[in-house]
Amino acid sequence: MNAELKNWVAIGDLTDIPREGARVVKTDAGCIAVFRTVDDEVFALDDRCPHKGGPLSQGIVHGTSVTCPLHNWVFDLATGLATGADEGAVPVTAAKVEGGKVLLAADDLARRSAN
Amino acid sequence: MTKQKLVIIGNGMAPGRMLEHLFDQDKDAYDVTIFNAEPRVNYNRLMLSPVLSGEKSYEDIITHGDDWYTEHGVTLHKSARVLEIDRSAKTVTSENGITANYDKLVIATGSNPFIIPLPGKDLNGVLTYRDLDDVDQMLDAAKDGGRAIVIGGGLLGLEAAAGLKMQGMEVTVLHLMPTLMERQLDPAAGFLLEEEFKRRGIDVRTKANSHEIVDDGAGNVKGIRLDDGTEIEASIVVMAVGIRPSADLAKTAGLDVNRGILVDDTMRTADPDIYALGECVEHNGQCYGLVAPLYEMAEVIADNLLGGASGYSGSVTATKLKVTGVDLYSAGDFAEGEDREEIVLRDASAGVYKRLVLKDNKIIGAVLYGETADGPWFFDLLKKQSDVSEMRETLIFGQAYQGGAPLDPTAAVAALPDDAEICGCNGVCKSKIVGAIKDKGLTTLDDVRAHTKASASCGTCTGLVEQLMQVTLGDAYNPAAVTPMCGCTHLGHSDVRRLIKSKRLKTIPAVMQELEWTSSGGCAKCRPALNYYLVSDWPDEYADDYQSRFINERVHANIQKDGTYSVVPRMWGGMTSSTELRAIADVVDKFNIPAVKCTGGQRIDMLGIKKEDLPAVWADLGKAGFVSGQAYAKGLRTVKTCVGTDWCRFGTQDSTGLGIRIEKFMWGSWTPAKLKLAVSGCPRNCAEATCKDIGVVCVDSGFEIHFAGAAGLDIKGTEVLGLVTTEDEALEHIVALTQMYREQGHYLERIYKWAKRIGYDEIRRQIMDDTDKRKAYYDRFVFSQKFAQVDPWSERVSGKDKHEFKPMAVLTREAAE
Repeated sequence: MNAELKNWVAIGDLTDIPREGARVVKTDAGCIAVFRTVDDEVFALDDRCPHKGGPLSQGIVHGTSVTCPLHNWVFDLATGLATGADEGAVPVTAAKVEGGKVLLAADDLARRSAN
Repeated sequence: MTKQKLVIIGNGMAPGRMLEHLFDQDKDAYDVTIFNAEPRVNYNRLMLSPVLSGEKSYEDIITHGDDWYTEHGVTLHKSARVLEIDRSAKTVTSENGITANYDKLVIATGSNPFIIPLPGKDLNGVLTYRDLDDVDQMLDAAKDGGRAIVIGGGLLGLEAAAGLKMQGMEVTVLHLMPTLMERQLDPAAGFLLEEEFKRRGIDVRTKANSHEIVDDGAGNVKGIRLDDGTEIEASIVVMAVGIRPSADLAKTAGLDVNRGILVDDTMRTADPDIYALGECVEHNGQCYGLVAPLYEMAEVIADNLLGGASGYSGSVTATKLKVTGVDLYSAGDFAEGEDREEIVLRDASAGVYKRLVLKDNKIIGAVLYGETADGPWFFDLLKKQSDVSEMRETLIFGQAYQGGAPLDPTAAVAALPDDAEICGCNGVCKSKIVGAIKDKGLTTLDDVRAHTKASASCGTCTGLVEQLMQVTLGDAYNPAAVTPMCGCTHLGHSDVRRLIKSKRLKTIPAVMQELEWTSSGGCAKCRPALNYYLVSDWPDEYADDYQSRFINERVHANIQKDGTYSVVPRMWGGMTSSTELRAIADVVDKFNIPAVKCTGGQRIDMLGIKKEDLPAVWADLGKAGFVSGQAYAKGLRTVKTCVGTDWCRFGTQDSTGLGIRIEKFMWGSWTPAKLKLAVSGCPRNCAEATCKDIGVVCVDSGFEIHFAGAAGLDIKGTEVLGLVTTEDEALEHIVALTQMYREQGHYLERIYKWAKRIGYDEIRRQIMDDTDKRKAYYDRFVFSQKFAQVDPWSERVSGKDKHEFKPMAVLTREAAE
């Protein structure tokens, strides 16, 4: 199926991102926050909290969640969904690590630009 | 009518309890004088082990503070060992020459640790384990590390060993008998216990007979030689092989003494005006070393002193070992015998061992290891001599299995009879607790402790008491008497701080592992708190975890609502100059900074700076001599000053100079929450020092130090800490106070909340009155500053954390396709 045949874009090395931290990737359609968890999984979300626009890349990463630095909303990195009592979602860009490189899904990037 | 005079020799737990009973029934019956050989008030001796392990402090275990004695009109002579009782003159005289008359006398001299007459027993470093002085000596020795040898594998010896291990020493336990705690445990449970201690890294040697304590040639302990020739090196030897009633004073006074002071059922000695109480007593051939019998005796004496006629008839005792993480309970007699049967339950994988000894269908002994919740229930059956034949088959599984009841722990408590004993130490039964909860409307554990004494001594019945509260109050009871730090743990901040120290946890993963965090990587609440606690407790060893810091402390600027940052350079004491102002103006122009504002702490704030620009902004500011103002930190922020004697016609001292000096001394230090100071040059208080975290108001005679003010979410004037005469003293007191707060505060707890929790008087006592403590706090602050006073801006200008300020990649549309 087509959905499985994603093209991937390399954005840098895994080691460019601190463990339990994030880096920003600038795109024409706004910034993407790329997160690295303590066990070296990577996730990418739009760098914009649906609550008040807080930069999620600046939040504290714990487990597979991030807490927004402005008002402490917590998002699941895999789904982009707010957890706990808050309701909201952040667009997800598929991400993976291959050979030490961090890759983002080109289809997702293209979809963001089209919006 | 003049009051009768009651004199008490000794100030341990038993006489303390006796006085509580006495005052409860008649406050004015006696004029009370106490002679205490120890230099302090009454404290809970059962809690020495938690003090040794670092899980509690001396202050936590005080039963009656100085106020209590004043309030009840009791004269307490501290450090006053009684040398003589003159029965014909009815007086007692102490070593330091105080003589007191008595109408009634209570001898409560307690017991002495038994010293094995080994060669070398008098060397420096040979200790016993009996009172707070012993604990202090052990804690002192533990600071230097090395090995401790504990002689004696009984209750006290094992608690000492576990405590010393938690203090970081290597520990060897030498025990003469083949298994540990053989007086309370059968061999199987003794073995499990030995395995547990070995698992904790404690070297346990049974059947070990000490031959001599080896001298290092300078009168200090070097180690121990066993009968079989083995030598073990050690820096201290703790003898914990038992106690002997301290009865010499009574013997010299001509009272009847055997092993202990002989008393009748009314606790009177051979002299009808003299009672004996506690561990020094021998009643019906029995001496007691556990607290429950002593409390029973205390009640009997109080009653007899007021003309009652109650009698003491001996006690059956149960024992619990107070080592965190080891659950052990034993009661009664469990030797094997022909007329006895036993029921044993073993669950090796869960580490559970239970054994009941029955005679004529009644429980006469119980040993529980690994799971002790049913201990009080078995003990109740034992004391009441209940016939257990009906429930024999399920008896060993505990109360919850009887009558097909569900396995709800509260159901078991609910099913207990009204007279079932809940708190063994204080002899408090179920109906008394339930009654107090209902009649007095108690809702917290502390209230229940205060009103009933239940779980107020050794604390091991706390769980049962909480279950009783649950049963009685239903949903009205919130069992989280301690608010957990966050959803990742059930522990409160105080517990976490204490355990970090006592278990010597030095990384966030170690804390989470050892304290059984329920989430894998913590959360945004606990991670910054843990990071602060570790920075504060191990300044030289802990490597700051930046990923656990809130963004402001990670990038050393304040995040604003639009994701830009504000930057505040330090202006010492609020003073600035034309050069500094010009540099700021240049930076504002160069980086198109949209807003510039004066802050409440006498600084200049530049708002709306893009994150990528931060290092360049700092580089320019740095060239002008600026360092970070730490306006983002849970740490020292600003010291606000007025112009003082430099300019002001009312100024009494150089307030600006002192403010700058304090700020230069304290900058860079992390604190539980932000810390803002001010120094005013006279009581007109232009620097508004009396609503600051710490403030100084200068007066002609010196410096009045204030603390615990607030002018934010709450508004609160400061409390006065005290008046000092020189700048040096002012600095020392302020620094010591800050360090005390750094060590005790909960993360994000401002100083006024901390002070309210600890008590203003306690803080004054430690900082103003206790010179040693103040100096120790001061020294620890100075030490930690060695690692804290690094300007974070210049570090980042030189390239640290570069990744923070640059995007990882820039993707244009072409690249994405």
